[in-house]
Parts: sequence; C-alpha cells; structure tokens
Amino acid sequence: MKFAVKKALSSSGARVGVLEVGICPAPIETPALLLATRKGLPHFISPDLLPSLPSPDSNLLQVSPMHFLEGLSTTTISKLGGLHQMLGLQQHGIAAVPRDSIQCLPESKAATKLGASFETPCGRLLIKPKDYVEMISCMKPNIWASLADEVPAWVSEKRNKTSVDRTLRWLDDCISLYPEAGSIFGAIVGGTNLEERKRCAEEVAKRNVSGYWIGGFGLGEGIDERPALLRAVMDILPDEKPRLTCGLGLPEEILQGIAAGIDLFDSTYIYSLTVGGFALTFSLDNSGEQHSLQSDQIGSDLTKINLRATAYRKDMSPILENCTCYTCKNHTKAYINHLLNVHEMLAQTLLEIHNTHHFLRFFHVIRTAIQDGSFEEFRQAFLESRREHFKGEAIST
Amino acid sequence: MRNSIAIAVPLRLRPNISNTLPHYKFRPTCFHSHEGHTISCVPDPRPQAKPMALHFEILGRFNRARAAQLTLPHFVCQTPLFMPVGTQGTIKGLTNNELERIGCQIILGNTYHLALRPTSELLEEAGGLHNFMNWPRAMLTDSGGFQMVSLLHLADITEEGVTFQSPVDGKPMLLTPEESIQIQNRIGADIIMALDDVVRTTITGPRIEEAMYRTLRWIDRCIAAHKRPHDQNLFGIVQGGLDPELRDICVKGLVERNLPGYAIGGLAGGEDKDSFWRVVAQCTAALPEDKPRYVMGVGYPLDIVVCSALGADMYDCVYPTRTARFGTALVPEGVLKLKHRAMADDTRPIDPTCPCMVCKNYTRAYIHCLVTKDAMGSQLLSYHNLYYMMRLSRNLHSSIVEGRFPEFVRDFLRTMFPKGDVPEWVCNAMEVAGIDISSCCAPFPPCQENDSSNELEQLNKVKIEI
Repeated sequence: MKFAVKKALSSSGARVGVLEVGICPAPIETPALLLATRKGLPHFISPDLLPSLPSPDSNLLQVSPMHFLEGLSTTTISKLGGLHQMLGLQQHGIAAVPRDSIQCLPESKAATKLGASFETPCGRLLIKPKDYVEMISCMKPNIWASLADEVPAWVSEKRNKTSVDRTLRWLDDCISLYPEAGSIFGAIVGGTNLEERKRCAEEVAKRNVSGYWIGGFGLGEGIDERPALLRAVMDILPDEKPRLTCGLGLPEEILQGIAAGIDLFDSTYIYSLTVGGFALTFSLDNSGEQHSLQSDQIGSDLTKINLRATAYRKDMSPILENCTCYTCKNHTKAYINHLLNVHEMLAQTLLEIHNTHHFLRFFHVIRTAIQDGSFEEFRQAFLESRREHFKGEAIST
Repeated sequence: MRNSIAIAVPLRLRPNISNTLPHYKFRPTCFHSHEGHTISCVPDPRPQAKPMALHFEILGRFNRARAAQLTLPHFVCQTPLFMPVGTQGTIKGLTNNELERIGCQIILGNTYHLALRPTSELLEEAGGLHNFMNWPRAMLTDSGGFQMVSLLHLADITEEGVTFQSPVDGKPMLLTPEESIQIQNRIGADIIMALDDVVRTTITGPRIEEAMYRTLRWIDRCIAAHKRPHDQNLFGIVQGGLDPELRDICVKGLVERNLPGYAIGGLAGGEDKDSFWRVVAQCTAALPEDKPRYVMGVGYPLDIVVCSALGADMYDCVYPTRTARFGTALVPEGVLKLKHRAMADDTRPIDPTCPCMVCKNYTRAYIHCLVTKDAMGSQLLSYHNLYYMMRLSRNLHSSIVEGRFPEFVRDFLRTMFPKGDVPEWVCNAMEVAGIDISSCCAPFPPCQENDSSNELEQLNKVKIEI
C-alpha cells in the first residue's frame, strides 16, 4: 500500500491524496469511501454488476473478518488463497475492520483484558489478538485495523482509560504477531475524553504502522463533540499516513471528518437507505448548493426520496434524470415502487446500485472542491441549504 | 352443455389408467431416416392459417425431437427452450442484463399477480410489461388459471369463470376468459395463454371431463376476446387429466381452432412419472408439427430432456430459482445441497464444467457460508441455476441441429445416473422416442456402500472407472 498527500488546505485539515493498493487498476483518490460488505460482497449488488459503478472509486471494500465465523473456517479461507481469491475480487482493495456497524457491533461490557467483544449474528464473541491476527493472516487483506476496545460515550472515565490501555497493548500484540502483514492501521480510541484521545494518538504514532484507524465514533457522542476530538487526534498524527475512520456515515458527518483530515470512510448510510426504500437525490452541484433540485418532489426532504410512496406508482422517470448509474439508465421510479410493494429483492439491488453511485459521486465532488481550494465554502453551502426546507416550515407555523 | 364437436364417446373413467394406454404410433408429416434427421417436409395441407404473430421453423430433428427457430415480436428464440418464471415482473434478484448474459430468451409473467399489483391498467399506461420492466426480449403471460388449482379452497369455478378472494384486500375477484385475455392484452406479452379449467391430475371422476370440455368452450371465448392477434400469440392448453380419450378430444378441438401454438397443461401436479410422460407423448404425437408445443410447469432437467425427446419445445418452472433460495444448486449429476456441512470445506466450484460467473469465481465453501443466511447467496445460486437451465436448452437445440442428439441424451443420463439406475419411466419414454439408452442402464458391477456426505465424490470415482 502506498499513500501520498497531493494537496492539503491550510484553512482546514482537508486534504486530497492518492492511495495505491494491491493490484487495483488505477490509484484511488482520497477522501474516499469504502463500500460496506457482508461476508466480503456487497449486500445486494452481485459481483458482476460492480464494474458498472465508477472505477476505481468503487474498488475499496471494507470487510469484517467476524462475518466469516459463521460457516467458513480460517483454514479454508487460507486454502483458497485469501479474501481476494475467495471473493473473485482480485483487483479490489480490501480493508479488514472488525466493526461493521450493522451486524458486528462492539460490545464494551463484555470486553475483557484478553480480548474485544462483538455482538454478531453468531452471538457474542470474544476476540483475542492472537485469534484476530490468525484470521488476518489467512484472509490477507490489503489493509487491516488492529484490534480495538471501543467504548460508547457514556462510560466512566476509568473504563475509557482502560479501553485506551487495552487498545495500545493489542496493537503491540498485533504488530509482533504478524510483522510482515499487509498494511496495519493502528487503532485510536479514547471516547469523548480529549486527554485520552491525545494520549492514544501519541502512543500509536510512535508505533511502526502504515496508517491510522480512528475508532470510537458513532457510539453515542454528540455530533458537536466530534470536531474537537478529531482535531486533537489529527494534530498529533503525522500528515503523510492515511487516516481511516468508522461510524461517520451521513453526508454531514463525512464533511466533518474530511474537514478534520480523515482520508477514508466506511459508512452504513447506503445500506440503511437501501433497506428503507430510499434513493439519494441530493444535488451534486460543485458549489454545494442544494436549491437546484426539483421542488415538486413528493415524499422527499430534498435529499432523498422514499420509493414506497404511492406518489411514485406511475412515475415513469428515473430516480435522477442525469444520473448515469445502471438503475437510472434502465429503470423507472414506478418499477422500483412496484418491486418494493411486492417485496422483490431486485428493489434493494437497484437501490444499492444507485445510492452507491450517488454517494461515490458526492466524494468526487468533494475532492474537486478541495483541489479548487473551495472546500470550506462547499461545506458551508451544503450544510445550510440542505436544511433549508426545515427553516421554511418552522417559520410558516 | 356439451361441445358440439364431441361425438358421443362412452365415458371411460378409470382411477388408474397408466397400464392401459394404447401404444401410440408416431405419425410423421416429415420424413426421416432411422437414426437421422429431417430430409424434407411435406407442405402444410391445411386451409390458409390465420395471421399469427410468430414464425416457427424447424432446423433439425431426431425422430420426434426437434430443434427450431421461434420468431416472436420481441425476440428470435431457439427451441427447445426453458422459460424462467418472473411472476411479478422480475426474476428473483437478477437484473435484466444478467438475464441476457445468462441467455434467457423468454420470461414468464403471471397474470393473476400482475393484475393485483401493479394492475394491468397501469402496465398498459406504461406501454406494456416489456416497457415497464425494460425487458428487451420475449415474454409469455399465463392466464391466471393455475392459481385456481393452487388456491382451490378459495375458488369457485363456474361456467362464467373463476371467483377467488383477493389476497390483498379480501374482495371477490372474477376471472372470466374474456377478462383474462383483456388483462393479457394490456400486459402485452408475445405469447398469451387461454384461460383453461385446470384440475390436478391426482383428482379423478367426472370433474376431469367437465374441465376438459369447459376448456374447449372457453377457448372460443378467449379467441373472441383477443384484441391483438397480430402481435400477441394466443396458445390453447390441452387438458383432460390422465385420460387419453379426453386428451384426444381436447387436442382435436384445439387444433380445429388453428392457434399459433399449443400447451400441454394439467401436468406437473403430483402425478406419477409414468402417467406424465405418456400424456406428453400422446399430445406431442397428435399436435401439429409446425407449431410450438409448450409443456407447462415442467422444470426438472431430466423431465425436460425426456419431453424434448418426445417432441416438446418449451418449458417453464419456478424450480431452478426456488430451489436456489433453499441452497440447492443444479449440477449435471443432479443437485448439490450447498447447506450441507460437507460443503464448508469444499474448495471446488459448484460445477467444474460450468462457465458461468458463479462457477468461475466462487467455491462451494464460500457459497455455503452465504446460503439461507444472506440475500447474496440466493442471488448467486439463482444465477447459476438459471445459467444451467439455459445451457441445457442450448445444448438440446445444438445437439439436435448438429445430429448428435442421442449421444447428448446418453451423456446426460450417464452423468446423472452413473450407477446405471435410470428410472424405468425414462427407459420407457426413450423407447417411444426411439433413442437407444441401453448403454446407460444397469447391470453394472455393484458399488461399495457409500457415506452420504462423500456420495458425490464416490459418484465421480465410479464415473471414471467406467
């Protein structure tokens, strides 16, 4: 794995970088999105449809090793030659991160000094560094996060401090157990405690890691608490190594993370939208302005539409007129509405394709804004105009 | 109210008629050599055919089996062919471009379901189901009749039509022949099916005869109601249960109406295989040579091979996609149950001979960890299973055209029954079809006792020894 910062803004922590990973056909520009997967493949988009997504933007996947504990032994994965072979995705970059925020959730109450605990479909599992490293060595991902003890925002100071101690110890274990690994990203935790965050960052920065995985977010902290915590960590970390985070899924949160200096994001936003029957429609205008939308969209909050709404029964237009994804080029809102009504899986497949495509384009627009030096304005315009319709309603009553 | 075509035929209603079927001679309208192909076809001596929206051209034969080109308004198809069932306007989880890549030529939509949601009026407004789901190839809709059998406890069948209770809102729905055709006209498929009075073959008694004659009366109502004969082909359905007399009357009655194609209905409902093949054999012998024959509800690969040998051209079934959702893959040896614990360590592809995306990229072990737990598992297995069916269709077509149909059948049977235990019904059917499968049948030297979890491996070993 190779990473280099191409342009960093002085006004904020935002930066554009280039990531070369595995045998990806082309280098990937950051900030970038890692696609969420279940057992290595997207939830609904079958692998032969992946090439229809923007490339190489769509070539980064996040995989949780815990998914495979349900039915596939590490020996078998090893025999198959690792994840890339097993999944038939040799040209993709795979980042192994235990937490997937949908089905593999950190359970801080059950963690012990021996290992981290996760709630999974196979029940509650205690994962020790040794077992984790064994999984990683069989799976051979391009990037992997060290084992972390993530805690929610409401735990006691003592518990929070313990989580940092454990995480650092486990990082050392991971490094010593598998020194020649694919690139290890040191995990940084510390909850909502500024001092602990700094301490953890300082310690991890001392270790020989290829990048940083900043965990402990999306676990109960307020969205306003985050900037200070992120800044505290970023200020300590060296600029030249990539930063990956988990738990920052919404567009607003992505922008927040990018402003602080995060390069890679995994997000469950697309999955939640898809299973809810939503399609993203927010504007991808370079300025960030959201007003340029059709104001007559029904069942919409100008950012997404709910295709279950009866208003779409006869709507023979695509989700977005100028979207170039497979779904918008081939199908109408009426058809997806019908599929949702009759509980057909194709609805989720089509929605996941569109939502992934749209979100990847969002990242592209952000990168352009950073390159042009207009990121802060973009972010401002985006956040303000996105909530515009709420303001209108509040005033009229 | 009997159909005037029926001569006073004594009703011979026998509960078990499988052992009393007369031997049916093959009545060719084309000449053929003993182990060869068609030499020439006698021109159609019947009066001027009605305008049809299809063209059926036979490209090759072996005895009763035929390979043909079926030209429909939306697509040119090769038969024999299998039609996946996309009940509600989609084949479970697969996109149109995947279906095209797999080689699907015609897909089936169900009138009953589509009339409920999204309604035929909406489909008409959308320019037909083709437009609505953006499927560029051919489509067939059934009449809604099969639901009568499946939902029988809710249905009331009279001369007027069928009433059932809508499962969506509980309101009574009446499906008359006219209504069924009107709905199908709005949906716009290339082939539409007449509403027939279908009864399960396991039922006996006067009901079967009543249903057969009603089917004939209803076909006239369907023909009268059909507003689009120039771009939609109305197929009649032969009923009559397992009674050869009734079947014969029905075939004659339908053929008199000079329809673009004919279906053999009322099978695939639990009857024993021996009765099943005999009905198919009787009907294919009696139906006109130059029109397609569609055996409804037939989907097991073995059944398709046998029916093709007997002269049928088109098939449909939910089996490949339904069995995929239960974790079962179709393979040349039969089926592979991916849920089985033994699959967890099996690093081979599902079918080493299959060139589909799933078999080229994934192993049994990986699919095992997906099936029944993740949507992706069903999707990948449905993809493979449909690919298998399309490959079977292509192989049937090309082996007949290339003059190696008997070899294909023998290979197929040897792979599926390596111990030589070809079922008797298959042997009987192949005899009528004029295909020599004696080299596929036992006696073979007896095999060792097999552990069920290694069965497939043992089967492969035995095959190599032969």
